[in-house]
Amino acid sequence: MTDIKKETGTFKVKTGLAEMLKGGVIMDVVNPEQAKIAEEAGAVAVMALERVPSDIRAQGGVARMSDPEMIIGIQNAVSIPVMAKARIGHIVEARLLEALDVDFIDESEVLTPADDVYHILKSEYKVPFVCGARNLGEALRRIGEGAAMIRTKGEAGTGDVVEAVRHIRQVNEDIQRVVSASPMELMTIAKDLGAPYELILKVKELGRLPVVNFAAGGIATPADAALMMVLGCDGVFVGSGIFKSDNPAKRAKAIVEAVAHYKDAKLIAEVSKGLGDAMRGQSVAQMDDKDKLAGRGW
Amino acid sequence: MKIGILALQGAVREHRNALHKLGVETVDVLNPEDLEGIDGLVLPGGESTTMGKLLVRYKLLEPIAELGRKGLPIFGTCTGLILLSKNINGSDQYRIGLMDTFVERNAYGRQLASFEADIPIPALGDEPFHTVFIRAPYIDKVEGTAKALLTYEGKILLAEQDNLLVSAFHPELTDDTRIHAYFLNKIKK
Repeated sequence: MTDIKKETGTFKVKTGLAEMLKGGVIMDVVNPEQAKIAEEAGAVAVMALERVPSDIRAQGGVARMSDPEMIIGIQNAVSIPVMAKARIGHIVEARLLEALDVDFIDESEVLTPADDVYHILKSEYKVPFVCGARNLGEALRRIGEGAAMIRTKGEAGTGDVVEAVRHIRQVNEDIQRVVSASPMELMTIAKDLGAPYELILKVKELGRLPVVNFAAGGIATPADAALMMVLGCDGVFVGSGIFKSDNPAKRAKAIVEAVAHYKDAKLIAEVSKGLGDAMRGQSVAQMDDKDKLAGRGW
Repeated sequence: MKIGILALQGAVREHRNALHKLGVETVDVLNPEDLEGIDGLVLPGGESTTMGKLLVRYKLLEPIAELGRKGLPIFGTCTGLILLSKNINGSDQYRIGLMDTFVERNAYGRQLASFEADIPIPALGDEPFHTVFIRAPYIDKVEGTAKALLTYEGKILLAEQDNLLVSAFHPELTDDTRIHAYFLNKIKK
């Protein structure tokens, strides 16, 4: 068995990790203590970042990749996968995170973009990337660049689920358009959506996105999380929603159970009891467009 | 024949597709009553700590262990391999604990060490099997009636013990159904 060739960093092993996270909850954490609470609650992974999105909103300033020491502290605290965010287009932050051996990089609009024209060419990295999207075209552009997982952008740090719902509904609507189109219509759809033609063909063949698609951006309650699953998401990211609430450990556990049993209304009602206040949040309808993060990236 | 697939989390869809390809009916297992009338059970890949906790919370751990002790064929991939092992090195996490195996979790390292490779598996014939390892565990050693079916670089990556079958890699992520078929043979016996 000497001629066996082991291949690392392939698209298959990148998407493979995303497949293993399905049906799970990925939680934003800012220190090892929170990471342990998340793991104990049953999170499938944690997202290490310096400030949760609602604090980034409140405090303003430039939001950057986290301190490597903090990321290492979290890696040492838990055995589940550890993800971290890089700024859109910041190829060096991404290389640093890869060098830190993080399990997934989120090229995220929650951080202040480093490049307002180009996204990272993610196929050149061995570490997998997840990227935000508001519609099928954006999702397929990111996959075209090598993203191994997609999430809705939603509107991070608001605790308002409306944008995440809008984005998954738009993705679903776009997929339906591709699925019901005749082959001769597909190039025009690719042009309309600004999506690579080959990936449009793939969507047509599969009837869904070619990679795992999670919900993100504004999920604050077990019912919000289950709603996103009902709408067809493969799993859920929860950012500010957990550690900005009254009882993070209990809420985190409740959200994990609501995602695993998203069709079981009785169970979700049960786990939603006595969680204390959810994060206060901010209605997206009352916000100025310039304060919205989802418009970052293209 | 009806196979249950533990559907709390993880690569459920892929196992379902593989079993459907072999013409077998499947049922998602989320609650203890879903275990009634199944002829075999698949424990998919996912996060073993998450799945262990949910198994306990939904009172599935003990019923599954009991069915396994009574001889129900169970196939565990990756997380499933960890959950079925009696011994998990350095961990006190929840487990079903039926196999006389010693498991090392995340044994190859983090995601950057995840890999794929074509490896011959004698029990499956001449054609090598395309194996996909994701933050994979491996088995250090087996005891009792547990038996290694694939040892590569000194690590046991596919093993069986009577009615139980486990793999450290993910046959459900490929189109090759030979390992699923091998598992179904345990039911026909």
